Amino acid sequence: MLFDFANVLVFTALGLGFVGVNLLIGKLLRPSNPQERKLSTYECGEPASGSAWVNFNIRFYLVALIFIIFEVEIAFIFPVAAVFRRWIENGQGLFAFVEIMIFVGILFLGLIYAWAKGDLEWVKKVRV
Amino acid sequence: MQAYIDQLIRDGYFAGMPKEVVYAVAMVLAAFIVLSVFVAPLAGVTSWLERRVWARMQSRVGPNRVGPQGILQWLADGIKNLLKEDLIPSAADAKLFSLAPYVVFVGFLCAFVVIPFGSQLIVADLNIGILYILAVTSLVVVGILMAGWSSNNKWSLLGGMRSAAQIVSYEIPAGLSILTIVFLAGTMSMQGIIKAQGWAPWDWFLFNNPFTFAAFFLYFTAALAEGNRTPFDIPEAESELVAGYVTEYSGMRFLFFFFAEWGNLYVIGAVATTLFLGGWQVPPVTSDPILLGVLQFVVFFLKAYLWVFIAMWVRATLPRVRVDQLMALCWKYMVPLSFLCLLGTICWMLVFPKGNQIFSVAMFVLGLLIVAYFFKRVVFQIRHARPELYFKPHI
Repeated sequence: MLFDFANVLVFTALGLGFVGVNLLIGKLLRPSNPQERKLSTYECGEPASGSAWVNFNIRFYLVALIFIIFEVEIAFIFPVAAVFRRWIENGQGLFAFVEIMIFVGILFLGLIYAWAKGDLEWVKKVRV
Repeated sequence: MQAYIDQLIRDGYFAGMPKEVVYAVAMVLAAFIVLSVFVAPLAGVTSWLERRVWARMQSRVGPNRVGPQGILQWLADGIKNLLKEDLIPSAADAKLFSLAPYVVFVGFLCAFVVIPFGSQLIVADLNIGILYILAVTSLVVVGILMAGWSSNNKWSLLGGMRSAAQIVSYEIPAGLSILTIVFLAGTMSMQGIIKAQGWAPWDWFLFNNPFTFAAFFLYFTAALAEGNRTPFDIPEAESELVAGYVTEYSGMRFLFFFFAEWGNLYVIGAVATTLFLGGWQVPPVTSDPILLGVLQFVVFFLKAYLWVFIAMWVRATLPRVRVDQLMALCWKYMVPLSFLCLLGTICWMLVFPKGNQIFSVAMFVLGLLIVAYFFKRVVFQIRHARPELYFKPHI
């Protein structure tokens, strides 16, 4: 088991190393002639107007929130999914099914709620 | 892999060496072989092939000068990028900016640990295989967001934010479609999932029941969106965002984002093949282990590459969707549909605990009919196209 997971570590290290070595080789070969104009931010040729680090739209935050809930749900169903077949073989399939239904149903209600509240709309209509 | 090395150690090949050292050397060697012999040429050749395929589909020629039919174009591109000046904008956050390609690349490379190319040909058959793939490929989002934010460029920021919103949204239908298969197979290990299927198409999970059939297409669509592929490539939409999150990147750093994108395309195909299309399963035609291994590899590779080709085809055919359409498609159609697939599959398992062979064969025949009709339409379209639109195959 540890052997298998050590492979992941090796792949991570090799990935980092591969990018690093390539950039290092490049550093020895490529020209480096930075100028002020070259290093300026690209904004279609105009001088950049202000920083890009500004407040961004709240809808990205909403999407992230809904995502977190569903992703956690999926992570919780994975272990159940792995043993569900054994439950059926033990004759307890229906029981497990009802439990899964309750769990998924609650979250699905959440999706319907978000939908009804209009949080799934990218362009929200503002009620005047 | 561990079993092999243990066998070699028992045979006395590494006498006098500590076991840990042998293990470590073997792991590094395996990872290096996977990266340099398989992944790097694969991503490169895919980049060339994609350009050729598009060109043909758009009545152009495409890159055909470097090597026979231009097949070495990717090497030329790599060398060119290696020699290009690497600029870090003075307004950017230099640390995050240079770290982003590492994160994206590692996120994509780590997926290759658990991709099973054959019954013996896998780096490590982790018991949480498919969950692990979901987890590490999520690293790509982090990298893209880092690139977008650190560039301090409005195009990059918009591209990075859109990409993050898109990838995390489509992770839900993809995860739910994968879950249907975990339910059916009763295991998360990639080899276990393949072994739960058979070599015959009607033993594949794709034709197991109507819900997995739908789940496959949901998975493929969601995976395309996660890989930032057209029709879901608004994060780098060149017509509105210059180059999205890679606007400020140049040279090798720029290259690594696309290296990961083209490599990811193969990961998508490989995961789809493993989960739905029976993976490396081949009919029992030979008992020679080496021949069998080669056959399994070829079958797996072709099945996975078919989906890479279809992704290219889709990219050449479909226009880009708008950002609000993209989010609506995910949350209002694909998420409820994939919930339906999940519950449908569970019900099917309760009704037919051993599966329904007759139904699977019928599904398979239906699938064949759909493909046949599709090709009939394609042939019809080609015959009726204007002759001057034909490409000349020998340029």
